[in-house]
Amino acid sequence: MSTPNGAPANGQVEGPVAKLLDQTGVFLDDRLRAAKSTRTFLRKVFPDHWSFLLGEIALYSFIILLLTGTFLTLFFKPSMNTVVYHGVYTQLDGVRMSEAYASTLNISFDVRGGLLMRQIHHWAADLFMAALIAHMLRIFFTGAYRKPREFNWLIGIVLFTLGMLEGLFGYSLPDDLLSGTGLRITEGVALGIPIVGTYLSFFLFGGQFPGTDIIPRLYIIHVLLIPGLLLALITAHLFFMFHQKHTQMPGKGHTNTNVVGQPMYPYFMAKTGAWFMFIFGFLAVLGTFAQINPIWLYGPYTPAAISAGSQPDFYMGPLEGSLRMMPSWTWDLAGHTVAWNVVIPALVPLGLIFTGAALWPFIERWATGDYSEHHVNDRPRNAATRTGIGMAAIAFYGILWLEGANDVIADHLDISLYLTTEIARYAIFIGPVVAYWVTKRICLGLQRKDNESLLHGYETGIIEMTPEGEFIERHAPVPEEQRAVLLAKRPVAELPAPSDGDDEVPAPATRGPVGKVRLALARVITEQVPAATGDGHGNGHGNGHHEPERAAVTAGEPGKALPGQDEAGDPPDSGSH
Amino acid sequence: MSGTEDYPADLPGHGEEAEPSRAPHRVIGTPPPAEQRTLLGTAVQDSPPPAPRELPSDPPDPVKAKRAERIVAALFILSMLAGIGFIAAYIGLEVNSGGLDAVFRSNLALGVSMSVAFLALGVGAVIWVRSLMPDVELTEERHPLASSEADRAAFKETFEEGADTSQFVKRPLLRRTLIAASIPLGLAPLVLLRDMGPLPGTSLRHTVWRAGLRLTLAGSNQPIKPEDFNTPGSMITVIPQGYQDDDNAIAKAAVIIIKFEPGQLTHPTNMNWTVDNIVAYSKICTHVGCPVALYEQTTHHILCPCHQSTFDATAGATVLFGPAPRPLPQLPMGVDSEGYLIAKHDFYEPVGPSFWERG
Repeated sequence: MSTPNGAPANGQVEGPVAKLLDQTGVFLDDRLRAAKSTRTFLRKVFPDHWSFLLGEIALYSFIILLLTGTFLTLFFKPSMNTVVYHGVYTQLDGVRMSEAYASTLNISFDVRGGLLMRQIHHWAADLFMAALIAHMLRIFFTGAYRKPREFNWLIGIVLFTLGMLEGLFGYSLPDDLLSGTGLRITEGVALGIPIVGTYLSFFLFGGQFPGTDIIPRLYIIHVLLIPGLLLALITAHLFFMFHQKHTQMPGKGHTNTNVVGQPMYPYFMAKTGAWFMFIFGFLAVLGTFAQINPIWLYGPYTPAAISAGSQPDFYMGPLEGSLRMMPSWTWDLAGHTVAWNVVIPALVPLGLIFTGAALWPFIERWATGDYSEHHVNDRPRNAATRTGIGMAAIAFYGILWLEGANDVIADHLDISLYLTTEIARYAIFIGPVVAYWVTKRICLGLQRKDNESLLHGYETGIIEMTPEGEFIERHAPVPEEQRAVLLAKRPVAELPAPSDGDDEVPAPATRGPVGKVRLALARVITEQVPAATGDGHGNGHGNGHHEPERAAVTAGEPGKALPGQDEAGDPPDSGSH
Repeated sequence: MSGTEDYPADLPGHGEEAEPSRAPHRVIGTPPPAEQRTLLGTAVQDSPPPAPRELPSDPPDPVKAKRAERIVAALFILSMLAGIGFIAAYIGLEVNSGGLDAVFRSNLALGVSMSVAFLALGVGAVIWVRSLMPDVELTEERHPLASSEADRAAFKETFEEGADTSQFVKRPLLRRTLIAASIPLGLAPLVLLRDMGPLPGTSLRHTVWRAGLRLTLAGSNQPIKPEDFNTPGSMITVIPQGYQDDDNAIAKAAVIIIKFEPGQLTHPTNMNWTVDNIVAYSKICTHVGCPVALYEQTTHHILCPCHQSTFDATAGATVLFGPAPRPLPQLPMGVDSEGYLIAKHDFYEPVGPSFWERG
């Protein structure tokens, strides 16, 4: 039997294409000695899960940003020289404006495809940031940042910060009324920084606001400096991911010592290529039909004017919200003004999120004493505290973000503008706590439900009547695939118990004040419903109270594992601390 | 010149592989014996036989596969046509002459053809993968990332050997002078940034307003007489006469004026600086410098659209709500001999956002 291409059934490809490939391969290998490594590369296995596509969205948005951005630089003039506009857009005929604004009008109206490229570029920037957020949340909630992937987590945080700056500088370039207002706020925030703020602002703007230097300066930062950094960091990010091999979701046959999935060539290449086409197509649809940043409607920048409802791009929303939310605190300190009303909202909320995110893997590792490698992702419910913290961060960020649009909210809900801000001022403290608590309870509940499913099967929805006339619901055992997922739960902590044995002597790692903090943290972080242990009773039930937490640590010992439970987990590496 | 690519057997990094020859000797001008060294098919002589096939070659259902093949081909043709359409739309639809309609027509044609071209390719590729490539699942081993103890030890040894041989550790004089040399070089780039802008000096304390300078309407640049206000009410943006094209000046000197009914203006408004119940405040918000452009006539609230600081226009623009820490500074205003509104003096305090030296 042979295939339509004439290849024999044993799979060896023949014909002119094969010959060409062969000759090329020999040519390259003679020079690069690449046959073996390239073969490994082609057969590299990529695990599959929808959430693994989020990072790819960011990557492909970035590539589209480079492509469309390069096109825009061919026509954009980063200059604040004043010109008088005479162009296609007659509503602004004869208006004085900067060359930057005039050239953006020209890109939109005089260059064929210019408007499309501008709009795709802007949408791609928004998609890039949105995908970064989604990707980082996926990484956090599944614990994919754990050893050995801390570098990539940190790179991701830097990428996000740079992405925010890149976006801010990018949408400031057209020098329209909206973006000029954004720069004015940037100046105001810079001025508010204690001691060096005034100098910082004067050096950034080349003197007083607005000056004539800021657009050319932002331009070179936007098109060279930050993209260069982003490109370098993304390359490193992908290299680490490749080298360390991708994590996989829990599933049948997925262990910490293997990678299950489809090979790079031809499967992953084809799928990821298709994904790139989809994203490009999706952005082209947005760029065609969804108008974004219509700078011609805003008009050129003038410091005395502003349009109502001025809103930055969505990823700057939390900063805008924190500026709006902050009370008007300032200090007069020995003849100097300390603008807490600006410094705190500009630095503290996002500083908390980014610093907290950067430190979290190390805090968790230290507190739990878990120094082992992790290649199988956690299900969010199985790390209740982490998931709770993640949801608290989402609530925190989300409330800031909503407050950044409080005028729109007040308008649509027909409530007082000031009321929305008053609510936000309380919600920013209460919201995360509630989110943490609720999420954690839900996670622990889901863990109990998983135990229930493992021990008693799932509810089939089939009601049976017994001969005695009793109605019961038939339960069926969980399918094997699902069972593997449920059994993937691991006890979180490996920190030595407070006392080893009966002698009540504290373990070394838990002594002293630091040890106490560590132990307390470990207790919170490792809170978990003990995994089901085959006997059908006991641990699966009655864990509504907090006491058996420590039992969770021991409940998953290999000896007690259920049949089929993967025992290839990591041995505790207690020597590292 | 024999064309040989033999490696010396004792070349570091190759010795342990013990490959006798990667390419046989051959005479220049003759084709390489490709069939012996092919990468895709038969293996190189003397190397182990190829691993058994891991990927199946045919999709399970040939009938379905044939149908999928046709669909994919149709989608690829659609993509090709859309690509041609894109080029045609670029050439065929001019944007310079037809005004905005032509622009949006061109945008639509280019955008739709581009979207179709990419989406059809994407959909086609997905159908290709899902329906024509047999579903496989491979398992690859994963090893701990840490190197072996021996490798780590060897690395440590190599590193220490280098440090030793370089004398870096042994000769502190060299080490310290090298570090000393690098410090000023590290600081130099920072110093170079100094000329990015002038020093602030007292420039943030002053605006271009001075005694006798007329207030003019933003936009028309006409000077204003108090009689021009027929009825109290709306808020008007004003800039200093002659500075309409100077953004740096306007960025600090923009002013709003509002006329009130007699008796509406109260403490702490400075009544000496008002003319005929017309009061002038800085338009630059004391929070982060946005123009305070919204005015509610019934409540006399001035609102900054950026962060919603709210000021009471009747009471010296004191802060009612929001993050602004100070009232909007009031401009000392009077009238000149011709009856036009003028400034009597610059603002008596810095306008706009807080800064460290403001005091």
